[in-house]
Amino acid sequence: MSARDEILARLRTALADNPPPVQVPRGYRRVDDRSDVIETLVDRLEDYRAVVHRGIDALPRLLSDVDRLAVPTDVPAAWLAGYAGELHRDAPPLSPAALDDLDAVLTGCAVVVADTGTIILDAGPAQGRRALTLVPDRHICVVRTDQVVGLLPEALTRLDPRAPLTWISGPSATSDIELNRVEGVHGPRRLEVVLIGPDDEVVPVSPDDEVVPVSPDDEVVPVSPAGGSGA
Amino acid sequence: MNPPVAPATGTGRIRTPLPFPTAAKPAVADTQLRANLHRATRTIRAKRARVVGEVPDWEALRDAGSAIKADVQRRLPELLEQFEASATAAGATVHWARDAAEACRIVVALTRATGADEVVKVKSMATQEIELNEALEAAGIAAYETDLAELIVQLGDDTPSHILVPAIHYNRAQIREIFQRRMADAPADLSDEPAALAEAARAHLRRRFLSARVAVSGANFAVADTGTLVVVESEGNGRMCLTLPETLISVVGVEKLLPTFTDLEVFLQLLPRSSTGERMNPYTSMWTGVTPGDGPQDVHVVLVDNGRSAVLADPVGRPALSCIRCSACLNVCPVYERAGGHAYGSVYPGPIGAILSPQLTGVADNASLPYASTLCGACYDVCPVKINIPEILVHLRQQAPHPPVERATMRVLSWVMRSPRRWAAALRLARAGAGPLGAYRERRTGARTLRRLPWPASAWTRSRDLPLPAPQTFREWWGKQ
Repeated sequence: MSARDEILARLRTALADNPPPVQVPRGYRRVDDRSDVIETLVDRLEDYRAVVHRGIDALPRLLSDVDRLAVPTDVPAAWLAGYAGELHRDAPPLSPAALDDLDAVLTGCAVVVADTGTIILDAGPAQGRRALTLVPDRHICVVRTDQVVGLLPEALTRLDPRAPLTWISGPSATSDIELNRVEGVHGPRRLEVVLIGPDDEVVPVSPDDEVVPVSPDDEVVPVSPAGGSGA
Repeated sequence: MNPPVAPATGTGRIRTPLPFPTAAKPAVADTQLRANLHRATRTIRAKRARVVGEVPDWEALRDAGSAIKADVQRRLPELLEQFEASATAAGATVHWARDAAEACRIVVALTRATGADEVVKVKSMATQEIELNEALEAAGIAAYETDLAELIVQLGDDTPSHILVPAIHYNRAQIREIFQRRMADAPADLSDEPAALAEAARAHLRRRFLSARVAVSGANFAVADTGTLVVVESEGNGRMCLTLPETLISVVGVEKLLPTFTDLEVFLQLLPRSSTGERMNPYTSMWTGVTPGDGPQDVHVVLVDNGRSAVLADPVGRPALSCIRCSACLNVCPVYERAGGHAYGSVYPGPIGAILSPQLTGVADNASLPYASTLCGACYDVCPVKINIPEILVHLRQQAPHPPVERATMRVLSWVMRSPRRWAAALRLARAGAGPLGAYRERRTGARTLRRLPWPASAWTRSRDLPLPAPQTFREWWGKQ
C-alpha cells in the first residue's frame, strides 16, 4: 500500500467514532465600523517603526537620497517624477546579487489592513515579483487610501489566494533575544509608507516634471512598454 | 475499499529520554536558566495580554478557531485529498510520509536530485520533530538554520527549548559568547546589544541566502480548497528561503490543514497575538504551487503522519491536533517557567508538549509527561484554539502505566470510599492508629505530617508531606456543638 493510501486509511480508522458535524460560529467582527481607519493605520504603522509620509509630493524628497532605485516594470510614471538617480527596472529580472547592490525599492501594494498596520502585496500592479521587495534594504511603498480596509477579514475578500502573497507589518524584526522586539534582521530594515489619495497619481509633482497623464480609471500605467505583470 | 489500517504512533525527537522529574532537577537548580526564563516569559506574558486586550471579539475568534480545527479533524482524510488535488493543480508535487524516517528519506532524495549539497532552512517544528538536520548531515548535505534563535541553537550545538523562541534559555551575553566562538565572520568587537547580535546574524547569512538553491520549510497552515501554504515569521529569513531558491521543500504535519482560504481570517488574528504578542508578525508568506517567474519553480510538499493518526484516534485527546504552535501555554505555565523546555525531552515542551508528545509516541513511552503539570489551568485560559489541556492531562494520566502497589492501594481505597460506613470505620481506625504519632509529630515539628515514609510509600513523600488524620472529624465536632 502506498504511503498516501496507508495514511488516509489510518486516519479513517482513527475517526471510527464518527464525530458529529461542527457548526463554526462566526461571531467575530468581519467589517470595521471605525470612521478613522486611516488614522488607525498611521498609528499602527508608526507603532511598529514604519515611517509614514502623506501625499504624493513626499516622494521626490524621499527619493532624492536614493542613488540606485529598483522598481517593478509597471511602476506608475508619476511616482518617479523628477527622480535623478539610477533607475533599475526589473526587466529582465534582476539577480539577487544585483538587487542586493541597490539602495531601495519603490512599489505599490494590493490591500492594507489598518487594524494591524499590515501591507499586503500580491504581485499585482506596481508590485513586481516577491524578490524585488525583499532584498533591497529599504522599501518605499505607496498606499492609496482606497486600498485601506479596517480589519483583516475585509482584506482577505480582496485577495486572490493563488497569487503569491506577502504580508508586511513594519520593518524586519526579531523577538528572539530575551523576547524583546528588535528591528532590522534579514528583510528591509527601513519601511517607508507614502499615503496618497485615490486620485493623487494624476497630480503632477511640479510643472517642470515630465509626467505621463494617467486616467483616474487606470490603476497604474506601465512606464516602459512590454513590462509583464508580476502575476 | 481498503482493509482497515490501525493508526500508528510516531518516531523522532518526541520521546523524553529521562523521566521529567529527573530531567527537570538540574534545570531547576540552574539559577541563570531560571532567571533567563523568568525574564523572557514575564516579558511575553505582558505583551500578549496587552494586544489580546485590545481585541473586543477575542473570545469569538477563539470559538471560531476551536470549531474550525474540530471540523478539520473530523474531515481530515477528505481535506488532505482536496489539498493534494489543489496543490498539484497549481504545480506543486505532494509527497506522503508515514513516519519521521520516511519524511527524511523524501527530503534527502529531493535535495540530492537537485545536485545541491546544502539547504537553507526556515524554522520548523516538523523538521525538528523528524530530526531532519541529522538525516541531511548523514547524507552529506549541510543544513543551515536561518531563524535567529535556531541559528543560536545550531551554533551552540544545543537543542530547542521553546516552540517559538528555541533559544529562550540563553540571555544576550550567552548569545554573544556563542557567536564569537562559532561564527567565523562575527565582528571582533561584537557587543551584547540585541540589535548588534541581529546585525551579525544578518551579515553571516546574507551570502548564503543569495546563493541558496534549495530551501526547506515547514508551514503554519495548509489551505485545502486552494492548495496554499502559509509561513508566519518575523525576520525575513523565511521570505529569503521561500523566494530566492529554485527548489522549495515544505514538511507539513497532516493536522495543519484549514478547510478554506477564508478561515485564515481567524487564525492570522489568533496566532501573532498569542505567540509574539504582536498585532501582526512582520512577515507572512503565502504561496500556491508554482508562480511562473516569481519564486521557486520546483515546489514540493511532504505531508507527514508520524503519530498524528494515533492522536486522532483518541476522541478525548484529539483536540491536541488543534495546536497552532503559538507557545502561549508555555509562557504562562509555572512548571515550564521553572523547568525550561529541555526537561520535556521532546521538541514539544510545556503544557502542549505534555499532552502532544505522549499521544504521538503512545503514553507508555512518555509516561512522566502528563504529570509535568500542576493542573492550574492557565494554559487552557490562554490557548487561542481552546484546547482543554488539563482535561487531556488527567485523561492521559489514567492511561499511563501505574506501579502495582499504587494500583492495589487505589483499588482498596476505592472499595473503602464507596460505602459511608466503611469510610467512617476506616477513619476511626486511622485516627486510633495515628493519634499518638500525630501528637508526637505536632510536638516535634509543629505539624501533624510525616516527611518521609519507607518504600514503596516513599514515592509519595519524595515531593510532598503526608498529613496525618486530625484528632476529630468535622462531623464529630459538629455533633458536639
